[in-house]
Amino acid sequence: MAMPHNDQGPAIEARELVREFRKGPRAVDGIDIAVSTGEIYGFLGPNGAGKSTTVLMLTTLLPPTAGSATVGGFDISRESAQVRASIGAALQEAALDAILTGREHLKLQATLQGLPARRRTERTQELLERVGLSEAADRRVGGYSGGMKRRLDLALALVHEPRILFLDEPTTGLDPQSRAALWEEVERLARDEGMTVFLTTQYLEEADALADRIGIIDQGKIVAEGTPARLKAEIGSPSVEVTPAEKDDLGLLGELLDGFGESKRGSNGSVTVQLPGGEAALAEIVRVLDSNNLRVETLQLHQPSLDDVFLAKTGRKLEGAGA
Amino acid sequence: MRRFAYVTRGVAWRSIHNTVVNPAIIVPSIIFPLFFLVAFAGGLSRISDIPRFDYKPGYTAFQFAFVFLQSAAFGGVFTGFAVARDFQSGFARRLLLSSPNRSGIIAGYVLGALMRWLIVGTIVTVAALLAGMNVEGDGIQLTGLLGLGLGMNFAAALWAIGVAMFLRTEQAGPLIQMPVFVALFLAPVYVPLSLLTGWVHAVSSVNPITAVIESGRGLLAGSPVKVLLAFLLLAGAGVVFAGFARRGLASAERAG
Amino acid sequence: MVAQTSLFEQVGAVARRSAVGAFRQRALLFFPMLFPLILFAINGSALSKVTEIPGFPTHSYRAFLLAMPFVQGAMFVSINAGTSLARDVETGFLNRLALTPLRSEAMLLGQLGGALVLGTVQAIVYLLVGIATGVTFASGVGGVLVLLLLSITISFAFATLGGLLALRLGSGEAIQGIFPLLFVTLFLSSSSLPRNLIKAEWFKEVATYNPVSYLLEGLRSLVIQGWNAQALAKGFGFSIALATICLLLARPAMKSRLVRT
Repeated sequence: MAMPHNDQGPAIEARELVREFRKGPRAVDGIDIAVSTGEIYGFLGPNGAGKSTTVLMLTTLLPPTAGSATVGGFDISRESAQVRASIGAALQEAALDAILTGREHLKLQATLQGLPARRRTERTQELLERVGLSEAADRRVGGYSGGMKRRLDLALALVHEPRILFLDEPTTGLDPQSRAALWEEVERLARDEGMTVFLTTQYLEEADALADRIGIIDQGKIVAEGTPARLKAEIGSPSVEVTPAEKDDLGLLGELLDGFGESKRGSNGSVTVQLPGGEAALAEIVRVLDSNNLRVETLQLHQPSLDDVFLAKTGRKLEGAGA
Repeated sequence: MRRFAYVTRGVAWRSIHNTVVNPAIIVPSIIFPLFFLVAFAGGLSRISDIPRFDYKPGYTAFQFAFVFLQSAAFGGVFTGFAVARDFQSGFARRLLLSSPNRSGIIAGYVLGALMRWLIVGTIVTVAALLAGMNVEGDGIQLTGLLGLGLGMNFAAALWAIGVAMFLRTEQAGPLIQMPVFVALFLAPVYVPLSLLTGWVHAVSSVNPITAVIESGRGLLAGSPVKVLLAFLLLAGAGVVFAGFARRGLASAERAG
Repeated sequence: MVAQTSLFEQVGAVARRSAVGAFRQRALLFFPMLFPLILFAINGSALSKVTEIPGFPTHSYRAFLLAMPFVQGAMFVSINAGTSLARDVETGFLNRLALTPLRSEAMLLGQLGGALVLGTVQAIVYLLVGIATGVTFASGVGGVLVLLLLSITISFAFATLGGLLALRLGSGEAIQGIFPLLFVTLFLSSSSLPRNLIKAEWFKEVATYNPVSYLLEGLRSLVIQGWNAQALAKGFGFSIALATICLLLARPAMKSRLVRT
C-alpha cells in the first residue's frame, strides 16, 4: 500500500518548535531538528525534558504553541492527515485494549487505516509473524507480558507500512531479552526497509547502541546533537587505568605511562593516563608494560559516556536526573 | 490479651482517623440510607392506606426501622470494601507482618465499623425525626433498637471482612454486597409480613432478618416482639461470621 | 490522498470492538442484567398488595413494575458505555485511534453501537422474563415490538449520556461516582406507584418534573393500558431529546479528546 511521502528535504524537520502549557514552564522551548530519510535519530533526555511532548507535536496529537515542523514533507499543522498517514507511532503508553486479542487489535487498526478488506487478514498475519506473536495472537492482550505488549504496539504502528516511525521510550520497563529483541527489530527496519526512526529514550546504552545521531534534550532545549562517537569525542579522550600487581611498581608504572600522555596516580593504588590519540594506543601500552616485565593486576579502558556529555553540557548527570 | 487489645486499638484508630481526615469516605454510608428513607417513606407512604396495614406510628417509622438496620448492615459491607482495598494495595500485608496478634486486626476493623455506624445511625435518626417520624417506644426500647443496629453491623462487618480476606481483591465488592442486599430485601421491607404473599412471604418467613426488622419495628412502636429471638439470631450470626472471618484471615496468612 | 474507509465501516469496526468488549466481561454483562431482575422479582411480589389501593390502574403489580427493569438496565448500559470510553481516554487508546483516519463521529457512534447491542439483548431478556412471570400486554404483539423499540431508544439515550460524561470527565472512577445519582432519579419517579397515588406532595412534584417518570410511563402504558399516544409520545420524546442533547454536546468533546492538529 503506497503511503503518501514527499521526498523533498529531511524526513522530519522542526524549526523553533515550542510548546507551552497554561500556567507552566515551556515544555519544549524552541527546538530545531532535522532527521534524514533512513536515519535512526535518538532523542535522549531525563524525565520531564520534553521528549514525549516533542513526539506528540510531531505526530500531530498536540498543536505547537509556536514554530513549525514537517514530517514526511507534510506540515504538522496544515497537512496533519497526510502526516498521520505517513507515520507509525508507538507512544509512551502501550495503550492496548486488555479485552481484545492481538489479532483483533491488528484487524481493527488495519480497518481504520483504510487497508482494503482482502489485504487486512494477510497483513495481520504478516505482522504477527514478524513480531513473534503468532502463537499468542488469539489470546487477550490482558494476559500478555510487557514485552509482548510492546511488540504488538510496534506491529500496530507498522500496519499501514509507514516510512517514518516514532518510538517513545519503547523499552521502558522491559527485561533485557525483550529490550534486545526490540532493538534488533528497530535496526532491521532502518537497515533493510530504509525506515526513518525517531526514538526517544532515557537510556544511554539504547541511544548509543541504536542511534545514528543523537539529540540530547534538557528542560525543553536541545543541548547537544551529533553522532554518539562525535559527542563523546567532544568531551574527552578515552583513558586507561592500570593497577600493578606489586605496590612497589607504582613509580615505574607512572614513568612508563607518561610516555603516552599525562598520567595520574589514583587513591586505590592505580595509575590512569589519558589517550589523546584514542584507544589505538592500548596495544602499545600492553607491549611496553610487558617488555619491562611489569606485572599488572588490572587494566581497564574507560570511554567517555553520553552521561559525561550530558554532565558537560548541563552540569548534571543524565542517569537519575529528572527522577 | 494485651497484644490483642493493642492491635485492635491500632486498626480501629486508623479506621476512625481516615474517616475524620477524609469524611468523603463515610458519605456513601450516610447518603444511601437517607435516600432509601426518602424514597420509601416518601414515595410509598400511600401503602399505609392498604387495608390491614396497622402499624400505629405510621409509615415513616415503619420504614425508618428498616432503613436504620439496613444502614447498619451496609456499614458492615463498606468495611469489607475497605479491607479488600487494603489487600489490593498491599497495606494488609503490612498489618499482618506487624501485628503480634492477628485476630486483633479483625476486631479492629469491626470496632472501626461500629464506631462509624454510630455516626451514620445518629444522622439517619435525626433525619427521620425531622421528617416527622412518630416514636412510641420508651428509652429502654429505643436502646434495644440501637442494640439491634449494633448487632446487625457487627454480623455484617464480620461477613464482609471474611469475604474480603478470602478474596483479597476489590473485585470482591459485588460478592460482599449482593448477599446482604438480597437478604435484606427478602424481608418485610415495604409491608408487614402478614401482607406479603407468594414466594416472598415464604422466604421472608424463614429469613432471620425478618425477626430482627420486626423486632426493631416493635421496639419503635412501644410493642416489643421477638426481641430475644432477634438478639439470639444476631449473636448466632456474629459467632458464625466471626469464625468465617478468622478462616479468611488464615487464608490470607497462607497466601503471604 | 489519504486512504480512508467509509464512515459506515469505521462505525462498524469500533462498534464491533465495543460489543465484543462488553460481552467478554461477563461480570459487567450479567450483573447489570441480573440486578434489575432481582429487584423485579422481589418487589413484584413484596408489593403485590399495593394493587388494593383504590385507584391502582391494574390488578397485577408485576405488570405495573415491568417497566422498571428496562429503564434500570438502560442506566447500567450508560455506565458501561461511559466507563469503557473513559478507559480509552485514560489508557491512551484514544490517542492510538487519533493517529488513524478515524472520524470523531465514527468513534462516538461506534462506541454507542456497542452499548446499543447490549441494551437490545437486555431488553429481550427482560421481556421474556416478564412474559414468563405471567405479565400480559394490553397492546398485543404490536405493543411488544413498540416496547422493545422504546426500550432500545431509552438505552441509546442513556448511552449517549454515559459517552458525554466519559468525554467530559475522562475518568472511569468519576463515572462510577455519578452512577448513584442516576438511580436516585429512577427512585424519585413513578417507578413504584402511579404519580396520582403518591401521597407525599413534594415527592409527587419531583416525580412530575422527573423525565424518568415519562420513560417509565411510556413503557408501562403498552403493558397495562394498551395504546396511549400521549404516554408514548412523551416516552419517545424525552429519550430522543436526551440523546440529541448529549450527542450535540459530545461531538465537540470527542473532537477535543481525539486531539489532532
